[in-house]
Parts: sequence; C-alpha cells; structure tokens
Amino acid sequence: MVKQLPRTIIIRTAGTNCDYETQAAFALAGSAADRVHINRIIEGSVTLGDYQILAIPGGFSYGDDIASGKILASELKHRLGDALQAFAVAGKPIIGICNGFQVLVKMGLLPDPAAFEQTTTLTFNDSDKFESRWVYLKRDTTAPAKTGGRARAVKCLWVSDMPDIISLPVAHGEGKFVAADKKVLDALEKNNQIVFRYCDERGNHTGYPLNPNGAANAIAGITNTAGNVFGLMPHPERYIYCWQHPSRRASEGEYGWGLNIFKNAVNFVR
Amino acid sequence: MTIKIIPIIAVSDTKLIKLSKDNILSLSLPEMKEIQKYFRGIKRDPTDVELETIAQTWSEHCKHKTLTGNIEFTFSGKKKIYRNLLKETVFKATQELNKPWCISVFKDNAGIIDFDDDNGIAFKVETHNHPSALEPYGGAATGIGGVIRDILGVGLGAKPLANTDIFCFGKPDLPWSKLPQGILHPKRIAKGVVAGVRDYGNRMGIPTVNGGVYFDEGYMANPLVYCGTMGIIPKDKCFKSVKSGDLILVVGGRTGRDGIHGATFSSVELDHESDVSAVQIGNPIVEKKVMDTLLIARDKNLFRGLTDCGAGGLSSAVGELAEETGARVYLDRIPLKYAGLKPWEIWVSEAQERMVMAVPPKNRAEISAVFARENVEATFIGEFTADRKLTLLFNNDVVAALDMSFLHDGVPKVTKKAVWKPVVAKKSALKPVVSRNCGQDLKDLLSSYNICSREWIIRQYDHEVQGQTVIKPLHGASLVNAGPGDAAVIWPYTVITGKQKNYKGIVLSNGLNPEYGKIDPYWMAASAIDEALRNAVAVGGDIDRIAILDNFCWGNPNKPEILGSLVRAAEACYDMAKIFGTPFISGKDSLYNEYAIGGKTYSIPAALLISAMGVVEDIRKTVTMDLKSAGNLLYIVGVTRNELGGSQFNLIRRRTGGAVPIVDATISRLAMSHMGGAIRRGLVASCHDCSEGGLAVALAEMSFAGNRGALVDLDAVPVAGTMTETEKLFSETNSRFIVEVSPENVHDFESVMAGSVTALIGSVTAGTTVRVSAHNAIVVSEKISILRACWKKTLSW
Repeated sequence: MVKQLPRTIIIRTAGTNCDYETQAAFALAGSAADRVHINRIIEGSVTLGDYQILAIPGGFSYGDDIASGKILASELKHRLGDALQAFAVAGKPIIGICNGFQVLVKMGLLPDPAAFEQTTTLTFNDSDKFESRWVYLKRDTTAPAKTGGRARAVKCLWVSDMPDIISLPVAHGEGKFVAADKKVLDALEKNNQIVFRYCDERGNHTGYPLNPNGAANAIAGITNTAGNVFGLMPHPERYIYCWQHPSRRASEGEYGWGLNIFKNAVNFVR
Repeated sequence: MTIKIIPIIAVSDTKLIKLSKDNILSLSLPEMKEIQKYFRGIKRDPTDVELETIAQTWSEHCKHKTLTGNIEFTFSGKKKIYRNLLKETVFKATQELNKPWCISVFKDNAGIIDFDDDNGIAFKVETHNHPSALEPYGGAATGIGGVIRDILGVGLGAKPLANTDIFCFGKPDLPWSKLPQGILHPKRIAKGVVAGVRDYGNRMGIPTVNGGVYFDEGYMANPLVYCGTMGIIPKDKCFKSVKSGDLILVVGGRTGRDGIHGATFSSVELDHESDVSAVQIGNPIVEKKVMDTLLIARDKNLFRGLTDCGAGGLSSAVGELAEETGARVYLDRIPLKYAGLKPWEIWVSEAQERMVMAVPPKNRAEISAVFARENVEATFIGEFTADRKLTLLFNNDVVAALDMSFLHDGVPKVTKKAVWKPVVAKKSALKPVVSRNCGQDLKDLLSSYNICSREWIIRQYDHEVQGQTVIKPLHGASLVNAGPGDAAVIWPYTVITGKQKNYKGIVLSNGLNPEYGKIDPYWMAASAIDEALRNAVAVGGDIDRIAILDNFCWGNPNKPEILGSLVRAAEACYDMAKIFGTPFISGKDSLYNEYAIGGKTYSIPAALLISAMGVVEDIRKTVTMDLKSAGNLLYIVGVTRNELGGSQFNLIRRRTGGAVPIVDATISRLAMSHMGGAIRRGLVASCHDCSEGGLAVALAEMSFAGNRGALVDLDAVPVAGTMTETEKLFSETNSRFIVEVSPENVHDFESVMAGSVTALIGSVTAGTTVRVSAHNAIVVSEKISILRACWKKTLSW
C-alpha cells in the first residue's frame, strides 16, 4: 500500500494571492496540499483536524483594509479560534507567510498560542513604501549576550535543517515587527523565539535596505516557544528553485533554500 | 418616466452638432445624420438610452474609426489611399506571415499564441491616458484593472501571470511657475500613477515584471499610461460562442455613476474644466474575487461566452457578445451601488470589476453557487435572443429597441487626410561630434531622466508574487546592487508543472522611442520594434517565436500632419514585422491626446509602444545582463553607425540634428537569430542590448550590475564610415548587443555568430573601473561605484 502523503491545508480568502505557489512548495516538499476557502471551514464542509500542517499564505486579505491581515485575523479568531488554537497547542506545524504572519500575530496565535492574545504587530515600513526586494536572513543560533542567554539554537521545527544564512525575497508595505512593550520583546529574545533576523551577506547587523522595514531587533520571523507555529515576512515559497534567485551565480543545484522550510515541516509530521 | 425622448428626426444640422457636444457623445455631423436617417426610417425619435448606446458603440475608443476608416495619404507629393489602415499594415503583416502558432489574433480582448501542448498565452496592452491626467491614482489603477479584465475575458478566461507598465510623463523638475492652470504637476502625476498601479497590481497578486518610463515636457498635460497583462489559457478555452436562449450573467462589481462617458470622453481634447466623474473607481479585491471564481466556473464548463465591461460598460459588453444573436436586458435587475441611476446611466456606466457571461440555462443554479460560495455577486440580467435586436427594458417598459446591424455596422466611414513631409537634415548637423570629456557625458547620461534607475518604481511593485519571475526587472551580483534587465522571463510552473517537469517560459519586453519620432515616425516605429525584439533576445528569447503588440498614442488625427506621421509609423510596422517574422497579435490606439492651454492646443509627441511576448523553450538557459567573471571576454554584435539623431546624448547636450537610427531588419533578424542561439547553447555569460545612451551606457550598466570592471578598445568596434570616439560611445544604432563570453566558449561562440558582425572589444576585469581606450589613449575611465551612484540618485524619491 502506498503511504499517504502528509496533508496541508492552505487557507485562502478574498485577496489571498500566494496560495498557488505555497501549494506548489508543499507539493515539492512531499505534502498533499489543498487550497481551501475560509467559507468551507466555517460552514463545516472542511475540518482542520483532517490536516497535519496548516498554512496562511501571503496576499492582501480583504484588501488589508483597516490594517494588514486584521480582518482575516478577526474572522479566524472569532469563527475558528478554538480549532486553530487546538491545532497549535497540539504541536502541529503552522506557518504564516507575509500576510499570513500578519494574521498570526494580529489574532495572537503568535507569539503564544496558549495565551491567544495580540502582543506584537507588523506595521508600516520605515521607508513608508512597499518594498519588493531580496534580503539575507540569519537563523538565530545564539541568544544575544545582553539578555544573558546561553548560546543555544532557536527551537523551531520549520528551520531545523538549513544553513545559518540564507536569502529570500520580501514584498510588503507593513512588515516592521513591533512588540507592545520592552517586556514582550525581551521575553521573545530570552525564550529564543526569534527565528530569522535581517542581516548583511556575512550575517552582521545591517540597516536599510537589507533590513527592509526597520523591524525591532531586525526581526523577520518568530516562533512560539514550542517551535511549531512560525510566522515570517519573507517568502520562502518564492525560492524553491534555484532559478528564482536574482543573482543566479549564487545558486547551486536545482532547489532554493526556501524549499527546506517546507521540507522540515513535512518531515516532522511524516 | 425615467427616460427622455431626444428629438432628432426633425432638427437642423446645427442642432445635431450641439446635441452631440452637449451630451459628450463625441459624434461627428455625418454620424449624427446617419442616426437621424435610421430613426427617420423607423419613424420615431430615439430615447436617451438609444442615443447613448450608439455613441458608446460608435466611439473612437471602441470602433477605431480613424485607423479603420479611409485615409488619403500624401507623402513627398505621392498620393496613396488606405481603405483601412490597420488591415492594410499591422494586420496584413500577421495575415501574410500566417504563423501556425498564432491561435487568436485581433478579434478578442487579447491576442493568443501557442505555448505548450495544453496551453496558449495571451497578451494585451491598454492605455488609460485621459483618466490618469485628471486623477492619476484612480486613472492608473483602473487602467491596470481594465487590462487584467481583458485577459480574464479573452476566450473563456485566461489566468493572469504578469503585468507590464510603461509611462510617459512631463519633466518632474518643472518649476511651479511654468505649470499651466488646471494641470497636475508631472511629479504629482508620476507618483499618483505609480501608486495606482502598485495598489491595484499588488492586490491582484499579479507581478508587474516589465516596463519603462519616458520623460518629455510634451507629456506634461497629457501623460501616457500603458498597462499590459499576460495570461495563460487552456487551448480548449480559447474561443467563445453565444447561443440564442443563453442567459446573460453579470458578475462582480455593482454599477454606479462612476465612469460615465469614459469611452466618448477619451476622444475629447482635455482642458482645465474636464470632468473627473468620467474616471472610474477601482476596487481590486472585488476583481480578485471575480478572478478566483471565474476560473473555477471556466474549468467546470459552466459558461460559453465571456467578456469584460470596459469602455462603454454593459452597452459594449452585451453589444459585443450579442452581435450575432440579439439580446434582451432588464436594466432594473442590474445591482446598483446606490439608487437613483437613470436607465441610460446604468447601461453605459463604466463601473469597474464587472464581467458578462453567456450561460446555458441548464447551468443557472450551478454557476450561481460557484460565485456565491466565495461571496461574489452574480446576477442574471437578461437573455440572448434570435432577433438580432437589442431590446432594453426598465420596469417592464421598453426603453431601447435597436437593430444590431445598425448598431455595429451603421457607423459611416470617414475619410481623413494625412500628409507627411520628410525632415531634411541640415548640412551643419553632419559635423563630427567631439566631446572633451566622455566620462562626464557618461555620468550625465546615467543620471538623466530617461536612463537613470527605475528602482524607486520597480521595488514598489511586487514583481515576484506567484513565484514565477525567473528573470526580474533588476538583477546583479549582490542583492543590493542591481542593474536594469532587458526583459522579464516568467516560468509558469504552478500552472504547467504537473507530473512532468516543464521548463518552458514566457519572455516579455518592450520598445518605445518618442524622441526619434520627432525626426521620423517611420524609424521611430522600426526602432521600437527592433528594441522590443532585441530586449527579448538578449535574455535568450527565440526570434522565431515572438509575437508583438502595437499601441499608438497620437494627437488629433483630424490634423493631416499628425495622421500622416501615424500612417508612416503603421507602414513601418508592416515592413518590419514582415522581415522580422514577428506577427502582431493585438493592439490599441489612443488618439486625440492633446490639451488646450490658454486657447492654444498642444499635441503630445507621438508614441508607439511595441510590446513583445515570446516562448522560451528552457528557462534554465536564459541569461541576465550583469557581468559575471573577471577574465571573460567582451564582444559587440552589430555595426555601429553615426546615428546621434534623437539620441539621449543629443538631448542632454541640447544638440539637434544627426541621423536618426534606422533598422536593417534583414541583418538585424539574422543577428538576433545567432545571438539567441548562442545564449540557448550556453555560450554566453551575460548579454545586454545597446539602446538609450548607446554602447557606453550599456557597458556601464553591465559593469555596475555585476560589480566587475571592464576594459574596452573602441578601435575594435566595427563602424560604418568614419566616426569619432564620442559618436561610437553614444550613438544609438539599433540591433546591437554587448556580450560576455568565457574563454573556453570563445571558439563556439564565434562560430555560432559567423555571418553576423561580431567583434572582440575587450574583457571583464577584477578592477573597479570601466575603462575605454582609443588610439592608445584613455577615453573613459570611471569608477563603477560612481557610475552606479549617478544611475541610482535621480529617481530615488
């Protein structure tokens, strides 16, 4: 008998627009991925529990009216909050990319799914304009000295197998990560919840444009303490093949580093 | 009664003219008289609904009366009669070329060519000039929204894969004191237009991958906004049919009072009192939902006819679909944004995000469900009939009853005069051009408006959404320092890669050169075609598989010299397309681009945009323009001629005269064929075409994009006749490429290029300068960091 592929649900709604490439990335990583309209889940014809992985892709859900991801975040929280929280607390992989990251933090599934309260946000870029460009990302391998943390790797199943520095594209107008207060930010640092920081080619601290939005502590992506819920502004689904990289001489082999992110999750549930 | 009867059958000619003007019908006296004749025949006066319907259908915007009408053309004393300029030039080339890979040309909302076993690709470029002059943000946003609907509405619906945009603006540094009354400042227009395209395109999830901006003070009052969309469509969905008895379904946005008279207004000269309510209001998320659901309904085969509501609104959309059948529409069933619209307003409103479908009655419930499941409004508003009449009802009253044949074929043919006198170059203009500081010229060119970096615009567009943009508008050695790509390449893997890997891609490029048109519109058109094609070839496109689109933006065609220049451009389109073997598959004209200031009328510099779409056999074998490795050799392909006429060098140095670049299409085609072949065989490390700013600018761009030095010997550049160093560096001769080849590929490269002029001119260095020598002396020696900074600074708003 053929072993069934792990199933991924990609939730879409009006204004979602990275669902096809996210589906292609999961498929290439070895998952059977469905693009499902939120109405189907709300009406009960599709059940989150039938899936092992959940993704909220990029786009402009509901036009990003009010604020990016805000309306979809409210809809998900109030219509499907229990099911989503259960999915997260059970340790099943959840990823929110770009608009999906905005949705995850605005409904409070990040940084702490158990609390399920919004404590961070993603707001307008410091440049005050939409930024479509490639950036370098450093996987956090050590806690910063100032928080007194020990040197240990971030615990996030989505990045378990990959190099310390990769490059991915960003495309957003509201990507500046901001925490409600210093306490929240310090806790994220202390608990090793920062997955990716913007950096230069060598992994050093950098300013605009390689930090495209002015995010606090150069944060590009975070996880919950259990490491299964992952939100990031860059688009890993846009770098699954080497030809997608803007300076192709940097690429080797057929695939891009974004693919590893999807593979890590698929391998985790397999 | 909510309708008015307009008395016309018994009125004088003067009254007819006044009637047309007062109601923005934009109809000429002969056209008004034709309408009068029709209604005299049926012995009654028209309703306002009928008159408006005829005006929209007969508008220049919808009917292209000038280009399909009679033209008496006088050229150097010789007379030539065109019965239908489009059919006898642009379209004729396509017919005579008769390429088997052309699927649908000039008859649908976009042209379609063959892509792979299962799919075709469709491309359309539209203009939205007048709306963008009055309301830049809304005008540009609905421009892109409209052309996306053209792709959604081609055949039974294509999935959009990429957008392109090309703008012509006035000079952004225009002093406020020189800004005429009622005109928005060019910088304000530029910012508004970019923001409009950004917000609509980004929200639609369609990457904007290719474009251009041209600055000239002639576009101050009348900017040009070209928006293009390319999409992919299953081969069995390329054609529509409508059967009597099919239901008429309108899907998407509601109808409001925005965009009334857009079609007719586009044929009116703008002035400071032009009415902004003619501009439509866009809502991209409504269109995104329509796109998502329309493709689902298409794949379930639930409808068999489809078109978008563009210019003329429902009047044009239903009119087009029902041309062979007839239609009955209940205007009171059409969902409105707010109450109070008169029947004629409902019928001609250009409210956005609406598509019209022909649905077999048996699919009524199923198609309704497809839209309802994703919160898209879809309303049945009538049916297609068999009587070849257009019947409109409002609350059970018939408010319009017109014969389809009159509506579609009744417009009288006009005859317009056209004249063209060639500009004779002065002898003094032929003096050799010698600059004392070519390095400064190069820096000034790189920072000039028409050559400088478009990064400020490009990075505001999500040019990588859908993940399929494998050659991007900017690329280079590092993620921060990039150079301008020649063409975009899309690999539609989310659509075509199923069980089997498929590496086919689509190349998109464009060419535009209004400056040449001021000297000679024929060579402007030829140059635009050559530029679009060589851009596509420079990344690895195949000259045997490229189709092109024409977009004419001209002034008032009632002025013989303006129409004459258009005829010359159209003649070049035919001549070039025939030799290059590149069929036109779709096009558009926007005429009457003029503006009145203080009683004086100004016409725009004529602009012909050529957009190219080609099939790339293997996207892995495409190349970018950034220099790759020190030690590689640099070649130039093509002969350089003394052609500084209309060049950017002339422009920034305020020189006039000189020969405008010509095109020897036979030689050019062969070079492109060789060049593309060399790239596809993997013999080329980088390739860039020479365009604005000539050889020097192309070399500088390759160098700072790749962060590699270059050393070039001008004496090795093949030239026609005797030329100065300045002329060699900055002449904009067409059909040239600069090519980087690694030493191990030199032999193969040279043998592939045999038969086309190809010369070794230098090498890539590990240094930090671009160095050009001639006669053993240094002509240019500039640091690449400084060249890059010059290029980047101008448009970093």
